[in-house]
Amino acid sequence: MKKFKHRHLLGIEPLSKEDITQILDTAKIFKGICKGTNKKFPALKGKLILNLFMENSTRTRSSFEIAEKRLGADTLNFSASASSLSKGESFYDTIKTLESMEPHIVVIRHSSPGSSRFLAEHIDASVVNAGDGAHEHPTQALLDAYTIREALGTLEGLNIVIAGDIRHSRVVRSNIWLLKKMGNNVILSGPPTLIPVDIEKMGVKVDYDFDRAIKDADVVMMLRIQRERMVESFFPSLQEFNMLYGLTKKRMQTLKKGAIVMHPGPINRGVEINSEVADSGRSVILEQVSNGIYTRMAILFLLAGGKINEISN
Amino acid sequence: MKYLIKNGRVIDTSIGLNKNLDILIEDGVITEISDFIDESKADKVYDVKNCIVAPGFVDLHAHLREPGGERAETIETGTMAAMNGGFTHVCAMPNTSPCMDNSAIISLVLDKAKSANYAEVLPVGAVSKNREGKELASIGSMVQKGIVGISDDGYPVSTSDLVRKALEYCIPFDIPLMEHAEDLTLTKKAVMNEGFYSTKLGLRGMPSIAEDIIVARDIIVNSYVKGWLHIQHLSTEYSLNLVREAKNRGERVTCEVTPHHLFLNDSYLESFDTNYIMKPPLRNEKDRLALIEGIKDGTIDAIATDHAPHPNEHKNCEIDIAAFGIIGFETALPVILDLLYHKHGVSLDRIVDLMSVNPAKIVKLEEGRIMEGKKADITVFNPDKEVVINPEYFKSKARNTPFKGLKLKGCPVLTVFGDRVFECKVGD
Repeated sequence: MKKFKHRHLLGIEPLSKEDITQILDTAKIFKGICKGTNKKFPALKGKLILNLFMENSTRTRSSFEIAEKRLGADTLNFSASASSLSKGESFYDTIKTLESMEPHIVVIRHSSPGSSRFLAEHIDASVVNAGDGAHEHPTQALLDAYTIREALGTLEGLNIVIAGDIRHSRVVRSNIWLLKKMGNNVILSGPPTLIPVDIEKMGVKVDYDFDRAIKDADVVMMLRIQRERMVESFFPSLQEFNMLYGLTKKRMQTLKKGAIVMHPGPINRGVEINSEVADSGRSVILEQVSNGIYTRMAILFLLAGGKINEISN
Repeated sequence: MKYLIKNGRVIDTSIGLNKNLDILIEDGVITEISDFIDESKADKVYDVKNCIVAPGFVDLHAHLREPGGERAETIETGTMAAMNGGFTHVCAMPNTSPCMDNSAIISLVLDKAKSANYAEVLPVGAVSKNREGKELASIGSMVQKGIVGISDDGYPVSTSDLVRKALEYCIPFDIPLMEHAEDLTLTKKAVMNEGFYSTKLGLRGMPSIAEDIIVARDIIVNSYVKGWLHIQHLSTEYSLNLVREAKNRGERVTCEVTPHHLFLNDSYLESFDTNYIMKPPLRNEKDRLALIEGIKDGTIDAIATDHAPHPNEHKNCEIDIAAFGIIGFETALPVILDLLYHKHGVSLDRIVDLMSVNPAKIVKLEEGRIMEGKKADITVFNPDKEVVINPEYFKSKARNTPFKGLKLKGCPVLTVFGDRVFECKVGD
């Protein structure tokens, strides 16, 4: 197998179909290893990975940490709040400080779109984007793809509905890039106030009628609704949101046989997804969490220059 | 000192001049203009064959940052940069700190400009006290000191009521209300133009309607009170159409566009380079092409740079907290010549109108500046010389330009203003 072609993982947009498949295939091997008795595969022994989280995140950071530890890397969590220009250390100075610690890989979560690219341009290390504002969240899209492929046996020609707060979601943008590159139909649904302009030009369809949108879906992916969006008047109330765009038990019953339900978490029960759905057999939400570890192991391993045949024999 | 500017093509559309002429300047005054002036008459000769000799360029929109923002620019460095780009007159916007909302600050700015002795500064006073959008600033006192217009630039005039009063109050002074058209309720925390690229990049968008709504409001008010409205840095097709219609109705509405809104569009934001962040934002390709049409059909009166210097650390940061604006004095002419003259076939006469004659009219400079007996006020440019923009040559303190390294056809050569002769260099 070839070496991975990219030095950084800043987004799904720059990846090819082959790159994506390479990551997913590598993740599958790691899943096999992790299901065994010895869960460690110390391919990154002696490498320093910095987790730079400038925006709150518990689950993504934990997932990366587990992945890093299983690969035997030295890890350091560096939490800093995204600074304004007037107070605190600038992002640039933070980067230069981190560079002096000579990390091999930096994993970054930041509220500003393009921040992982800014980091990559100013540091001599591989950069993994763990979410940059509403721009991209590539590891989430990759773990989602892994989960779909595992659950449905394919990642091509599927009807995939993504619903809810499309406007503010980095998950949806990365998923659109990935799912389109792999040859799927992507339909977005949600209140028009939460659908950004011209998103159809990314190759997706928009259907404001959620009931109609999910009729032929193989996958329904719900996005988290943040309460502050209600305060900003994107919609009038959580109840009304649930009535129009929540994945309720009644709506679940209209899904095709075999269709799965996904959510990047954390979920708001009774808002975008109801308990009967989240806890149902169609839900693969918890599988997404475990697959996140294997996918992130694969990404870190490949960025560090690892080759798949080193682990597959 | 006696300078001879020889073998250039003199274009001054205000007096219908377009002819090869030599110009002799003695102690800052034009003493002779004729078909041939002997070199022996001068101490220094500038042979400007293949160049255009135009009345000095006038920039209706610049931020000189003094007082208060001297880390980014001073009046001295700003006016030097202006001359390096071919400008002899620059309008200074009032969003300084403290704000240019009273005659004392206006005097301070003019004194600084006078002692710097580069381009002349034409101050624009604030519309409202401290640009807060509440009470009118002391416009009359500022007019006595020499302001050429009023603006709350950086913000729109806050309310329809204040627009009305500002327009009315300025009628006896015959100066324009210069409007930064942005409905702030539609641009909260926004970074770039709203459209496909803002959606793709996950950046908050400023919709074009934020500009259009304010332009429409102001035109309606202006037609009612019969004042003089000037739209600053116009950037959308819809706003351009509103201005065109108002002009066709005979209303007194003028407008300016920037070189960057003509040359660039919002697709450049894909680089996440903060030098593409400004207000109004770079619009989509359709808007950009409409602006070029507006240049061709005469709707647009002037090119203005919106020269907006910032210290490096306000640009070398995350895109959603970066300062808005780019410097423009030293790139305006190459960008305009390359784009409008070479790529879109706009005549050099029209370019002289846009850069010099029309804005001069708006700030009420005398017509026919290239005449014997007048103070030397001349810009010489070579429309065909290629230049690779190199900010190392810039006289501005700031370096926030998206045009670095760009090869452009056409550049400024010489700026003469009174006894100051400035040899321009903006690249190699």
